[in-house]
Formats: sequence, C-alpha cells, structure tokens
Amino acid sequence: MSQSMTAAAAKRASHKTQHVRSAGDWVTLVLLIVAALVVLFPLLVLTVNAFKTQADYNAAGPLSLPKTFTMEGIVSFWTTTKFPLKFFNSLIISLVVAVAAVVLSVLNSFALGIGKVKGNTWIVLAIMLANMMPQEALLYPLYTMFKAAGLYNTKLAIIIIFTIIQSAYGTYLLSSVYGTFPQAILEAAAIDGASRWQVLRKVVLPISWPTISVLFVFFFVWTWNEYMIPMAFLMGDDVQTIPLALATLQGQHTMEATTLASASLLSIVPTIIFFIIFQRKLSQGITAGAVK
Amino acid sequence: MAGNRKHAHHESLSRLPGNKSSRFVPYLIPGILGLTIIVIVPFVWNIYLSFTRWRGVGPVRFIGLQNWQRLFKDSTFWISFLNSFWIIVAIVVIPTILGLFISSLLTDVIQKKFGGKTASFLRALFYLPQLLPVAVAAIIMGWIFRPEDGAVNALLEQIGLGSLTHNWLGSPDSALPVLMFILVWIQLGYPIVIFMSGLQRVDPELYEAASLDGANWWQKFRVVTLPSIIPELLVVILTATIGALKTFAPVYLLTKGGPGTATTVPSYYSYNQFFQVQQVGYGAAISTALTAVIIVFSVVFTIIQKRVEKNLV
Repeated sequence: MSQSMTAAAAKRASHKTQHVRSAGDWVTLVLLIVAALVVLFPLLVLTVNAFKTQADYNAAGPLSLPKTFTMEGIVSFWTTTKFPLKFFNSLIISLVVAVAAVVLSVLNSFALGIGKVKGNTWIVLAIMLANMMPQEALLYPLYTMFKAAGLYNTKLAIIIIFTIIQSAYGTYLLSSVYGTFPQAILEAAAIDGASRWQVLRKVVLPISWPTISVLFVFFFVWTWNEYMIPMAFLMGDDVQTIPLALATLQGQHTMEATTLASASLLSIVPTIIFFIIFQRKLSQGITAGAVK
Repeated sequence: MAGNRKHAHHESLSRLPGNKSSRFVPYLIPGILGLTIIVIVPFVWNIYLSFTRWRGVGPVRFIGLQNWQRLFKDSTFWISFLNSFWIIVAIVVIPTILGLFISSLLTDVIQKKFGGKTASFLRALFYLPQLLPVAVAAIIMGWIFRPEDGAVNALLEQIGLGSLTHNWLGSPDSALPVLMFILVWIQLGYPIVIFMSGLQRVDPELYEAASLDGANWWQKFRVVTLPSIIPELLVVILTATIGALKTFAPVYLLTKGGPGTATTVPSYYSYNQFFQVQQVGYGAAISTALTAVIIVFSVVFTIIQKRVEKNLV
C-alpha cells in the first residue's frame, strides 16, 4: 500500500515537467487565486484597518488604505487587556494540557494496544463515545464539581478538564497504532529480559515518537482554540485566555471598529507564528487523523 | 503461542511475551480515573439532572419526565434542530462539494502544471481560517459584517449597490444565511487538505488512461478522482457533521441565537438554559437529547462507512 503510494507520488512528480500549460490551466490557476483571495479578503481588510485611526475609518470607510499609520489600537489592546498575561495564560494552559494528555494517551494505549488488558475493546469504545460527546452534556456537572472543589475560576480546572478530553482522542488514535506495533520488536525486547516499563520507555516510545509529536501539536492548538468551557469557568480577568479577552472586548457595545480590528489581528499573531513553525507537523497530523 | 492462548481461558496474554495482560492494568489507572471523573460521572449526572427541576442553587427536585414532555412540545427545541440542519449544510455539504473540486483542481492542474509549491501555497491560504481559534474567526467575520460601517456594506456602497446594505446578522431574513456563509469560510480548508492528501495516492496512469480514452475533466473527476477518495470523503462527512451538531461559539458570539430563534442551535439553547435562565434541568434535557442524536448518527454512519470500505477492497 505505502509502496504504491510513493510510486504514485514519484510518478506524479516526474510527470509535472513534461506537460505544457494550456489556456485552460491558466484559467484554472486564475480562478483558484481569485477564490483564495476571497477567503483571504476578511483578513486583509482586518490588517489594513488595524493600523488606521478611528477618524480615518469614519471618514473613508474600511476599504481604503490608512492615511496615517498608527499603532494606537494595538498598543491599547496590549495594555488594557494585559495581553502578555492573556498570552501567558493561553500558553501555560495549552502547554501543560498537551504534555499531560500525551502522557496519559501513551500510558492508556500501552495498556490497551500492547497489554491487551481485559475488556480493551469496550474501553476503547467508551473512549470513542467520550470523544463525540458535546461539551454541554458535561458542562453543568463539571461546573458544580469544580465550584465545590474550590477550583472554579482557576487555570488548573481548565487544565484538568482538557487533559482528559484530549487524551480521549489521543488514546483512541494511539491504541490502534500500538495494536499494530511490530510483534517481532516486542518479542526481541522480551527475550532481552526488559520489564514492561523498560519496553515502554526504550522501545515503544522512541518508535512511536512521530505520532506522539503530532498529537502534542494538535492538543496544544485545540486547547489554545477552546472557547465554551473556558468561558464558563474563567471569569476573572487575570486567568482568561486570548480568545476570551477578544470576546470580552467584542461584547462591549461602544467598541470602535479599528480597536476591534487591531485586537483581532493581535489575537491571531501567535496562531500564525505557531503555524509557520509547526506547518509540517500540522499537515502530517491532519492527514494522519483522516486515514484513521 | 496460539495454542497456549486457547487453553489459558482465565489468563489473557498481552502482546509482550511472558507478560500477563493483567500486569498492564496499573498503566490504565490514571487515564480511567480521569475519564470517570471528568466524563462519565458528569455525563450520568447530566442525564439525572434532565429528570429534575433545579435553578443551580438550592434543592434539586425530581420531576420525572416533565422536562422531556416539555421538550417534545417546545417549538424552539425543534427549530434549533432545524437550524442545525442548515448548519450541517454550511459545515458539511457546501465545503465538501467545494473542497472536492478545489482539491482535485489543485492536485491535477496546479500541482502538475505549476508545481507542488504553488499548490501547497494555495492550499495553505484556504486552510488559514481553519487554523484560527473559532471564536476569533467568528469575531473577525462579525466585524466584516458590522451593521453600519462594516466592510461588506462599504464594498456594496462602492460598487453602486448601496441599496443592498443590510444589518446582516441582525435581521431575521439574513442572519442564518450570513452565519452559514461565515461557517463555510471557516470550514472550507479542512476538506481541501484531507482530500488533497488522499489524492496523492491515486496513480497518475489512471488519469493518463482516461485521457487517452478521450475523457473530459468532469468524466475523469467522476470515474477516477471521486472513487479514489471515498475513505477520506466518509471521514470528512462524519467528523464535520459531529462538529456541526456541536456548533456553539459562532452562534454565541455573533447572534446569541437570534434575532428571535432565527439562529438558535441545540448547544446554544442548552447553554442558555443553564446559565441565562437558570433552568438547569431543562438545559440538561436538551444537551442529553443532542448527545443522543450525535451518538445515533455516529453509530449508523460508522456502520455504513465500514460496509462501503469493505466493498472498496
């Protein structure tokens, strides 16, 4: 399967130079560029207006270029929402969740996929259902539980909840990967007299590292992007994440168009940087998830 | 080994020779404990709450099936699922169809004739909205559709269609279609990326053969492209439909379900019952019903998926 895949890809690559570009090819290219520009249009307009004064916006509207370049909106969102703090909150929550959820996924999958613990099919099925569950179906009991535990309005509450939710997906994916882990390697490790823990650390972990790193990147991005549960749990200004800070700003009716544009632009900068750094891992992950 | 396994009925073996599978149980304890506390207990509790009347504080009163009886007679509840149908059109149907065409054009025309770099650059542009936190993406599009001075209205003014300017998300006639448009914008990149990776698997010789037979682009699309990426197609339909049924942030941030019930969806409706009108029991009934719909859909779809994939092999 994978052999024919690479063969197909190689053939495709060698073919690309042999063709002449017809008029139809150029039309297709132009059409797709126009479509991509339509998708990009909101972000372009947003960027232009993020550096405009409100007076300029009122006079010339959103579609003209700024007459004077101003960082006012960016600076004002940065200081009034304490942007570095919101960034730190988003970062710490997403990072801890990604690490903890990966650890849990590996431990679960080791027991399910390689340990073949009794009832493993049923456990995986339950984990799959946990994945599909809408967060609303857990929201109010969780809210009550964490309030009673004194963890309401803390980053820790969000970290605990999303570690479990993300690890459900991780376990679902990784346990099937471990279910097909090469038997010969496991047998060789057993002959060497390795303990279960040693097999996990020295054999299984290194070999499945590519899948694990993809899971890590995905858990990080998903947690960063979460909205509903953080909104219901994080009321205090000092614990909120970037999407929550932007939503609070948008909710104020007096909000000026340019301020909101600057704030939105600043909010997406970390995501864009992250995308550029982890582009390869992300595209691997999206496709790995699809094949599964 | 196999013989061994047959006889050892009471002791199942792991895939690691010499280790009984029961010895792996400790590895499972943290995960199962977490899953029990964070998912299973709250889920069962939520089902229980759907049989009670509770305002979030004070005593929880058991009222049997009253919430459920009310649910079946509640027109807002049915409207919310009807709106979910339109959300599915916006998140599943439209992006999947557009995604099929765009990904096959990107793979078979752009990648072949203009190089892989051009194709992946265009793919990245389409994928950009998928990458943003959905709340941020929604707020940006809300900004574009601002009622007074938003970019869409300004654009209409400039091209002489000023009479078409509109309070896009605030009018009952346009709120749902505009919300759908925004969701298509957010979603489109997902099927494109997945279909493109599926298309890398297709042998170019199939296209060559079809071309030699005089097939046009549409015929090649139907005979070669579409059948090759059926596994990806099914995955996209399943995951996107579940996602569509769960849609919350765009509705909450852009329309609050309104005007009236024009854009109310089940997840927003239950949130509203939980936190805005403090009808916790009723909110629990709505979210339990939504969960049931999602699970039934997923199970049925997965059975169909397995059957289709078996026929492909």
